[in-house]
Amino acid sequence: MELLVASAIGILTAAGLYLVMRLRTFPVILGVSLLTYAVNVFLFASGRLVVGAPPILRDGVSTYTDPLPQALVLTAIVISFGMTAVVVMIALGAYLGSNDDRIDDPVPMDEVIPEDPS
Amino acid sequence: MTHWIVLPVILPAIVAPFIILAARYHIGIQRVFSIVGVLALIGIAAGLAWQASDGTITLYQLGDWAAPFGIVLVGDRLSTVMVLLTAVLALFVLLYAIGSGWDERGRHFHALYQFQLMGIMGAFLTGDLFNLFVFFEVLLIASYGLMIHAGGNERLRAGVQYVLFNLLGSTLFLFALGAIYAEAGTLNMADLAVRVQSIDVGESVGIRVAAVLLILVFAIKAALVPLHFWLPSSYAEAPAPVAALFAIMTKVGAYAIIRVYTIVFPPDLEVTAGLHTTWLLPAALVSLAIGMVGVLGAKKLDRLVAFAVIGSMGMVMIAISLFTPGSIAAALYYIIHSTLSAAALFLIVDLVRTSRAHLGLTLEPPVSGTVLIAALFFLAAIAMAGLPPLSGFVGKLLIMDAAFSTSSMAWIWSVILISSLISVVGFSRAGSILFWKAQSVEPTDEAEVVAGPGALSYIAVGGLLVLLTAHTVFAGIGHRYMQATAAQLFSPEPYISTVIETAGKLSEPKEGY
Repeated sequence: MELLVASAIGILTAAGLYLVMRLRTFPVILGVSLLTYAVNVFLFASGRLVVGAPPILRDGVSTYTDPLPQALVLTAIVISFGMTAVVVMIALGAYLGSNDDRIDDPVPMDEVIPEDPS
Repeated sequence: MTHWIVLPVILPAIVAPFIILAARYHIGIQRVFSIVGVLALIGIAAGLAWQASDGTITLYQLGDWAAPFGIVLVGDRLSTVMVLLTAVLALFVLLYAIGSGWDERGRHFHALYQFQLMGIMGAFLTGDLFNLFVFFEVLLIASYGLMIHAGGNERLRAGVQYVLFNLLGSTLFLFALGAIYAEAGTLNMADLAVRVQSIDVGESVGIRVAAVLLILVFAIKAALVPLHFWLPSSYAEAPAPVAALFAIMTKVGAYAIIRVYTIVFPPDLEVTAGLHTTWLLPAALVSLAIGMVGVLGAKKLDRLVAFAVIGSMGMVMIAISLFTPGSIAAALYYIIHSTLSAAALFLIVDLVRTSRAHLGLTLEPPVSGTVLIAALFFLAAIAMAGLPPLSGFVGKLLIMDAAFSTSSMAWIWSVILISSLISVVGFSRAGSILFWKAQSVEPTDEAEVVAGPGALSYIAVGGLLVLLTAHTVFAGIGHRYMQATAAQLFSPEPYISTVIETAGKLSEPKEGY
């Protein structure tokens, strides 16, 4: 199970980082979402992976799972969900306004090298 | 237990929804409530700072749960000074926003402004790393709204960059927190300080990675090279009052580095040895150099000020990376100076913008009200470039004095002195093109007469400059206070014992549990 979770985090992070470097808003937002999924699973695993164990103290139970990372993950999910919604709205506004979904700054007009007509 | 210390977070959190719900169509009422809220914040912050000035550490357990199980707010000298600085800065920026009419150019300026203050105050007061993350998100989500206030294509594009960069930073923050929790099993700063000490040096890989990830996150916030790329275009494109308020946001990163790396990972801790001297100091030197070269090379006035912010953050980080009580005191003195002067410069840029066709550093007819704006620019540029007699010079002197006996003194002195020269040239070039040479250009006939900014705008800028002057005149008192603050940071035992040993609800076992 450790291998499965670790490779899932790794693949999600790698895919997310690749998409983030695409410099167009849609792939970048997808990439950021993948990164937040990866970090949610990572946070979950930071309390050690235990299957089928209760998170609160009970009589006659010796193995527990750590409840705190679950609370942290819940907070992180809510925050990243809200942030993704905000960035989608702002990116849509920017795209509709300038009809261009590139993220990097455009080259200023006085620095554009005119194409050689010949 | 008094509840005063939680008020800097609660008060804006009440004022902001009230503004949205009750006064959304009445800009006048919004303004009144916003100003009254900020004035009350100043009062509370001054009270807290007075309470902490004798070295008392105020602890507030939210819900009366004892640390490390509950979230705590901690007020010591450092956090109360930063809270007071934020509140005072917020007042003048708010006055400018009202005087220049920026708050009318989009919706919900005042509500977002209050939420922004809530996030910043919370980040300064919290004693828990995950709570710090949450307050970072609060201040960021409000800053996204403020950043694109009043709209416009350029601003939206810069806003997208700003939001995406900070989303990546937040994700990195979560990775760092997960790594810390996996290694230490707690996220309370005082509890972490105890547990990190007991980690064996041989098994410190995880906590080392976590410490580096965490400093990367804070370096993004503090716009340290090579993580500064988000700053120039977002600060240049943001509405002027927002950019001026953002002057405190880079300091939140610097504050977090000071806080976490004095209490949790102190400089003499073996598992994170070498982090500050090997990595932080060169990055800070490069930041200072790049910022000041950017000041010289900028083609627009707003970019010029943005690069000056990067340079001054480099200066702050140089002092922080030395991690001695003297250098931290110098860094804190410089943080106050840098916040006030950067805010004043962003507001002056807006004064220039209101009466000029564009902000490009090209020859244009003189702007209306040139003499007054030029004088303000002159003063603020002197402060930012660190020339005598204003506080930038005192701050720089303190930092160079703190670096005097270290092994990297030659590097630090030469970078600081050369970059100061470059920034002086940069600022005088900009000033002479904007205000001096402009006198030789004949105004064109079709140039329409633009109404100048209102008196309130000038009062706001002047107020910031008066504060800077006071910061210079009372430099002795200020620096002594910062020395006491640094001394408190370098002997964290009272902080740790106050946080951990104060009992809360259910600390004593009760009947039936």
